[in-house]
Amino acid sequence: MQPGVVFAQDYQYMCSEAGQNIIKDAIKTHGLTGVVVCSCSPRMHEATFRKAAAQAGLNPFMVEIANIREHCSWIHKDKEEGTEKACVLMRAAVAKVTLNAPLKAGESKVVKRALVIGGGIAGIQTALDIADAGFPVDIVEKNATIGGRMAQLDKTFPTLDCSSCILTPKMVEAKANENIRLITYAEVEEVSGFVGSFKAKIRKKARFVKEDVCTGCGVCMSKCPSKKGLNEFNMGLNNRSAIYIPFAQAIPNVAVIDKEQCIKLKTGKCGLCQKVCTAGAIDYTQQDEFIEEEYGAIVMATGFRPIDASKFDEYSYSTCKDVVTSLELERIMNAAGPTGGVLLRPSDGKHPHSIVFIQCVGSRDVSGRGKPYCSKICCMYTAKHAMLIRDKYPDVEVHVFYIDVRTPGKNFDEFYRRAAEQYDVDYIKGQVGKVYEENGQLVVRGVDLISNEQIVLNADMVVLATAIEPDPTARKVANMLTASIDTNDFITEAHPKLRPVESPTAGIFLSGVCQGPKDIPETVSQAGAAASKVIGLLAKDKLTTNPCVAHSDELLCNGCSCCEKVCPYSAISYETKLINDHGVKETRRVAMVNEALCQGCGACTVVCPSGAMDLKGFSNKQIMAEVDAICL
Amino acid sequence: MSVNADWKPRIVAFCCNWCSYAGADLAGSSRLAYPADVKIIREPCSCRVNPMFILKAFERGADGVILCGCHPGDCHYSTGNYYTRRRMALLFSMLDYIGVERGRTRVEWVSAAEGAKFSRVMNDFVAQIRELGENVKVGDLRCKE
Repeated sequence: MQPGVVFAQDYQYMCSEAGQNIIKDAIKTHGLTGVVVCSCSPRMHEATFRKAAAQAGLNPFMVEIANIREHCSWIHKDKEEGTEKACVLMRAAVAKVTLNAPLKAGESKVVKRALVIGGGIAGIQTALDIADAGFPVDIVEKNATIGGRMAQLDKTFPTLDCSSCILTPKMVEAKANENIRLITYAEVEEVSGFVGSFKAKIRKKARFVKEDVCTGCGVCMSKCPSKKGLNEFNMGLNNRSAIYIPFAQAIPNVAVIDKEQCIKLKTGKCGLCQKVCTAGAIDYTQQDEFIEEEYGAIVMATGFRPIDASKFDEYSYSTCKDVVTSLELERIMNAAGPTGGVLLRPSDGKHPHSIVFIQCVGSRDVSGRGKPYCSKICCMYTAKHAMLIRDKYPDVEVHVFYIDVRTPGKNFDEFYRRAAEQYDVDYIKGQVGKVYEENGQLVVRGVDLISNEQIVLNADMVVLATAIEPDPTARKVANMLTASIDTNDFITEAHPKLRPVESPTAGIFLSGVCQGPKDIPETVSQAGAAASKVIGLLAKDKLTTNPCVAHSDELLCNGCSCCEKVCPYSAISYETKLINDHGVKETRRVAMVNEALCQGCGACTVVCPSGAMDLKGFSNKQIMAEVDAICL
Repeated sequence: MSVNADWKPRIVAFCCNWCSYAGADLAGSSRLAYPADVKIIREPCSCRVNPMFILKAFERGADGVILCGCHPGDCHYSTGNYYTRRRMALLFSMLDYIGVERGRTRVEWVSAAEGAKFSRVMNDFVAQIRELGENVKVGDLRCKE
């Protein structure tokens, strides 16, 4: 037996109740001061065994796990070698546990208010669910209205529901719910703090219209002489006035002035909207406002945008007006869109007779121009577009170039087959090499991989199923929240299977496409899941904090500030105090760790030149002992 | 190079709790084998690894030391692995200077989703250490007996 070990026992299911009882009994019978469990990964059952120890009266942090399953028995075929390694791992854990010190988890408060960043369907649903549980929640939306991308869609697959008909009641509900505060045309600028107690600073951009006074009558829009602003809601396919309400069902139904387009704000002349506004809502002097608020939990629901199709020269998106993206087509087909829902091609407003759809534009693209992942929704919305066009305009020929048709979802494959079989949409397995204009005619050159032949098609319109990417604000927001983000700018989950709506950073939750491509039903389910996690957190009165935090030995600290500079949480401050150094009294500047802010990364421990800074639970001595035991 | 026929490399792997330790767990649950010579020490973050720990390992007779952390930009603590990257670049070149070959030290980024990468990296690293053979314990030459 290893020095210090007084009791050892093996049992097949240590994590079972009987197994835990063995540990509890041993602690009591032998008066153990430390426990090593040789078992599966501490990421699985560390909490279980710590709890058992605590129940037997031992400090839970006097328990160490030797991972002899995932790191040993499951990967080493040679039994002898594996056993030898298991002994080494056990020896290292014993060496460490003899140096463990009892730690006490602190407590921190929970501010019973949640922040949802993003007011699309994900954010709205999360906020509604949190609000229904009785907790106040703020939605911060960067645009002038909530609704997000879903508001721009015409119909939804596979039911062909009208998108805004199912979305707008939710928007109205969010506005009416007394627990929800909508902060639109606003962005989160700063976040500090930690789970249970975040502080956020929100910039509410100047609308130049008093939100509480405007009635949304729209007279200002019709009188505004500046009508050259690109209508973002219609993907820039038509123009709007400088003062505008983004769309008819906008929430809040309040006008906003585009300061780049407004003649009054640019030149000081005009002021027509102010004259015609009977409510007196126009205020050209309005300034950005700042809101500071505390939150217990934050939900990221920052959503997505389609990637820029002009990166793909071969499809001539930037040169040919009749090459459009799917989201643009969505607006063209919408009754509230630029053509009033009539399918007309953008170049000359004529009815198209042949349309070619190109899938995977920028998706599954490992060349570096596009995205390596599958955007998930494009196969289905392309089938939807093709079907709707064939249904409304049977004279229009529809061709779809695809790599694979991916339809994993309830009623998805049936939907796609309906498009191909019932509506005679011509699905061509193959990729398009070039789209160009020849004598005023769009020509699509591609390849049919099944017949292995080159295909040349004349088209009146080409529709690009562009990949979706996280909204460009996602990285900035994630950095502010110290939420980890992957190379594609999607937010990383705490566990891809078991904790899919939580960020590894405590108190940060994920809702919608910011976590990965997904369709509306998946977004809504995830939004509800994120809300339930938030509710679970806000329902607590106190949180226990991680006691494995940094600690500075004030006798060794020389106040050099090295640790403060590397701390990502600004948890280190300095205090000038009287130090009694073995009888020598001296006033010195020493580092102090705010245990509520420290997350225990240990960056400070390595930069400390005097060795004053150490990490509880992972101290220098403990790790050195592990190294020793392994290299014995 | 090695004369001892029974020699088995001693390899210490420092893995951060959030990415690489979980990646090693995934390698385990996916049964992606690598040599038993690798022994993992769990750290909260790769930036917790003090160069002292690595020197200590070589002083104790380790044949190789590998540090695994989250991919740059993915650190749970935002910036920890950037410190690791810079710190180890310096330390490894210094170790090389004192006679611990560059091949005996390595930093790798392994995410929690990269069980296959963890296994591949460990197989590769162990093969490299076997190639280099038994290490000479790092000690103070002035104290040579």
